[in-house]
Amino acid sequence: MEKLLNDFSVGLFFWQTLLFLVLLFLLRRYAWKPILNSVNEREASVKKSLDEAKNAREEMERLQADNEKILKEARQERDTILKEGREMKEKIIADARDKASEEGAKLVEQAKVEIENQKMAALVDLKNQVAEMSIEIAEKILRQELAEGNKQEELVQEQLKDFKLN
Amino acid sequence: MQVNKLSFLVAALLFLSPALVLASDNHSHKEASDEVTKEEINEYIQHHIQDSHDYHLFTDEESGTHYGFPLPVIIWDDGLHTFMSSKFHHGEKVVESNGKYYALHHSKIYRSDTEGHIEMDEHHHPVMSARVLDFSITKNVLNIMAIGLLILWMFSKAARSYKNGLAPTGIAKFLEPLVLFVRDEIARPNIGEKHYRKYMGYLLTVFFFIWIVNLFGLTPIGVNITNSISVTFGLALLTFIITQFSGKKEYWMHIFWMPGVPVLIKIILAPIELLGVFIKPFALMIRLYANITAGHIVLMSIIGLMFLYSNWIGAPLSFGLALFLSIIELLVAALQAYIFTMLTALYFGSAVAEHNEH
Repeated sequence: MEKLLNDFSVGLFFWQTLLFLVLLFLLRRYAWKPILNSVNEREASVKKSLDEAKNAREEMERLQADNEKILKEARQERDTILKEGREMKEKIIADARDKASEEGAKLVEQAKVEIENQKMAALVDLKNQVAEMSIEIAEKILRQELAEGNKQEELVQEQLKDFKLN
Repeated sequence: MQVNKLSFLVAALLFLSPALVLASDNHSHKEASDEVTKEEINEYIQHHIQDSHDYHLFTDEESGTHYGFPLPVIIWDDGLHTFMSSKFHHGEKVVESNGKYYALHHSKIYRSDTEGHIEMDEHHHPVMSARVLDFSITKNVLNIMAIGLLILWMFSKAARSYKNGLAPTGIAKFLEPLVLFVRDEIARPNIGEKHYRKYMGYLLTVFFFIWIVNLFGLTPIGVNITNSISVTFGLALLTFIITQFSGKKEYWMHIFWMPGVPVLIKIILAPIELLGVFIKPFALMIRLYANITAGHIVLMSIIGLMFLYSNWIGAPLSFGLALFLSIIELLVAALQAYIFTMLTALYFGSAVAEHNEH
């Protein structure tokens, strides 16, 4: 302790304190303030950049999720449309088939009616022709029969006989 | 590349030269007495860790010439006395200034008679009346100035480098992590997020001042700033003053009227706590002083051993030990700066703390 007190120098203490305070003042002004400010500024900007990057990543993820969703929806839409198309196609085909067979049946029916009509007309025609031909034949026969005079007589007689009976 | 080699060479020389200086000192002795005595080494060490009034580099004892340069002496003794220390002729002569006489005794200036006799007490110490107020620019003061300028130059250069952009360039690349270390490992956890900013300047200055001064202490030019009690007292006093002036209500309450304990214990605790207020900076002062002084003495003693046991076993052994200790001292230099700053921050933290739980 005595040595400590003996070693103590007021002058050195005075200069040390004075110089240290000057150094403290100068360093504060010219070193610590700019250094710490720059460091703080940089830390803030790094933090900001990181936040921004995080936000951007989140945004991107959100967009990707959206895209995925849209894609999924589109795929579903497509599937639905395709399904509907297929159904419609089948319906149209079925409808067409029904209609065609119906039409066909109708045509066949009409044809049948027509054929019947034609047949009837032909038959009528034939009948007429047969009648005409019969009359002609009968006329020719009659003419031949009645060419001989007695024959006419005989016929009239015969006819009259029938009348008499009646 | 060339510069790197050169600076390596300079650094190597600086670290090796305590041995070289001691060697050259003792070499001349050897021719005279052919033996290096313990007393000589002890005297050399004592001389080394003391402050002095001239900047002594080394002495050629054969011719008796001292290499170095004188420093201005400023004394307040009923008036200002100024002269150059070269007038003492390394303690061999008495200096007359404005009708008063001064002489050197163990590197200190005392009032003396015309013949240079200093009045001594029974323990062979100069009497109180022989003491003078010595404000000389001593070796340590000059070293503080030089190192202060170096620190200022380094850090203002680092600060300027931020003007080009926010990324550190040049010397700032090296210094910035250290600054951030003080901020994030010392100031923030000990003082707290709310108050740490206003103490950053002091903490950073203390940390780098002690560290760099300690590092210079390991060079052989004989920088002994942190192993003088006056310097550590100055530093501890500033910590003490700042702590007391930032003391909030809670701080004083914890000293004089400890909350949460019975009244009797409050009364017992108050003087203990009050004593603690002074013991804390006192411990700071002694810790730094004692660690650095002890380091210097041990290191120099081991270097001295090399000459005391100058045989094939002793010398390499003490050389190895000295090398090992030098490396340890490098660690101690940083560690003491860290501890001083850390405890300072802790005291500031306790002064500004706001304990809401009480």
